[in-house]
Amino acid sequence: MQILMNSVVRKTLMSLTGIAMLAFTTVHLLGNTLVFNGPDDINAYSAGLHYLPTLLWAVRIGLAGALAVHIFFGLMLTLENWRTKPHKYAVKRMLKASFAGETMIWTGLLTLAFLVFHLLHFSFRLVPGSVPAPDFQGRFDIFSMVRDSFRSGPISLGYLVAMAILALHLSHGIQGILQTVGLNNEMSMPWVRRLGKGSALFFFVGYGVIPLLVLAGVGVFAG
Amino acid sequence: MLDVVNEDLIREGKEPIAFDHDCREGICGMCSAVINGVPHGGFERTTVCQLHMRKFKDGDTLYIEPWRARAFPILRDLVVDRGTLDRLIQAGGYISCHTGGVPDGNALPISKGGADYAMDAAQCIGCGACVAACPNGAAMLFVGAKVAHLAVLPQGQVEAPERVAEMIQAMRDCGFGNCSNHYECEAVCPKGISVKFIAKLNREFLKALILAKTGPFKSSD
Repeated sequence: MQILMNSVVRKTLMSLTGIAMLAFTTVHLLGNTLVFNGPDDINAYSAGLHYLPTLLWAVRIGLAGALAVHIFFGLMLTLENWRTKPHKYAVKRMLKASFAGETMIWTGLLTLAFLVFHLLHFSFRLVPGSVPAPDFQGRFDIFSMVRDSFRSGPISLGYLVAMAILALHLSHGIQGILQTVGLNNEMSMPWVRRLGKGSALFFFVGYGVIPLLVLAGVGVFAG
Repeated sequence: MLDVVNEDLIREGKEPIAFDHDCREGICGMCSAVINGVPHGGFERTTVCQLHMRKFKDGDTLYIEPWRARAFPILRDLVVDRGTLDRLIQAGGYISCHTGGVPDGNALPISKGGADYAMDAAQCIGCGACVAACPNGAAMLFVGAKVAHLAVLPQGQVEAPERVAEMIQAMRDCGFGNCSNHYECEAVCPKGISVKFIAKLNREFLKALILAKTGPFKSSD
């Protein structure tokens, strides 16, 4: 598979798998917004997803595959890149490189660690205290699970930190996707940068607002 | 400044510091030194030879280092072997037919935009600062500039798919790294070559791959 040794092919695969996970991140965020309507909508949404097991498993397997490819090539490229500079500069000053760009491998690995915890927490529900009683219709009570979990300060803080790390990863990643697949030129360059940073902020606020509102105990999370 | 230091060293009977230089007017790409952590010193569109001492204050400390990258082995002091850039050009950075003498003006239809774009890319003087600045020791800006320059001109378009594939392969073979979009290359380039040419390089390669003009599915036509 000579073609998989090609630098542009590898980076394009990282971009495409990144797009797949970005799409999931967007859909997940849209699903999350139902929590603001109270228990009924989000519990119905969660139960509804499980009415389509074939689609659900196809998406899960597809995303797991995308994640595996993304991690594999991310590690390969990073390890290769570390070997290209056997001697470090005594003094090195960066002019354009961003903190987000320089820490991609670390924010990526930390996001992976968060993903494992998040699945154990809300999908496999192995974290103690995260299984509530069924709601009044006998469905799994996602709303209470989320609300009760985020009432714990350390859990909420952990999620907020994880979202900040994810936002850092996305702010460089989204710009990089467009540059890597060649959808960038002189005119679009400043907009691509803004898109990266803007969407990262959007995802951070969108995901971060739930633990913050739960901690504040306002709206549907009151009482 | 290095000349003065070397004259003093020679007077003291010591070995002078070896460094590369040639035109001393910022156009040949021979001079190569990392000054205070930035290739060519970090002044906009300035080569080391055009970086005058008036840019510094009396008593400033200067850290002067050679280009550091696996693809550029150090020969001595500040002199590195940049032969790998030649190998990249040999892999496809040329047109393999005779294009004859200078054609009559307007004999070949080339748009003003295309000509300007090609000229912007062709400004590269091959100094290697992009590789020296890149945390990954990648040569994407150098190769991108060459691929873009030739891909928009009629003489270069015929071999564009083979060129981009061969040059990317040569980057790997020569020990250069992979681009991770830090854009340090653009920031230090003494000719101000834009990273838009890296996007063009990626676009040219993916186009060649999709149109089956390179890679495992290459068609025979």
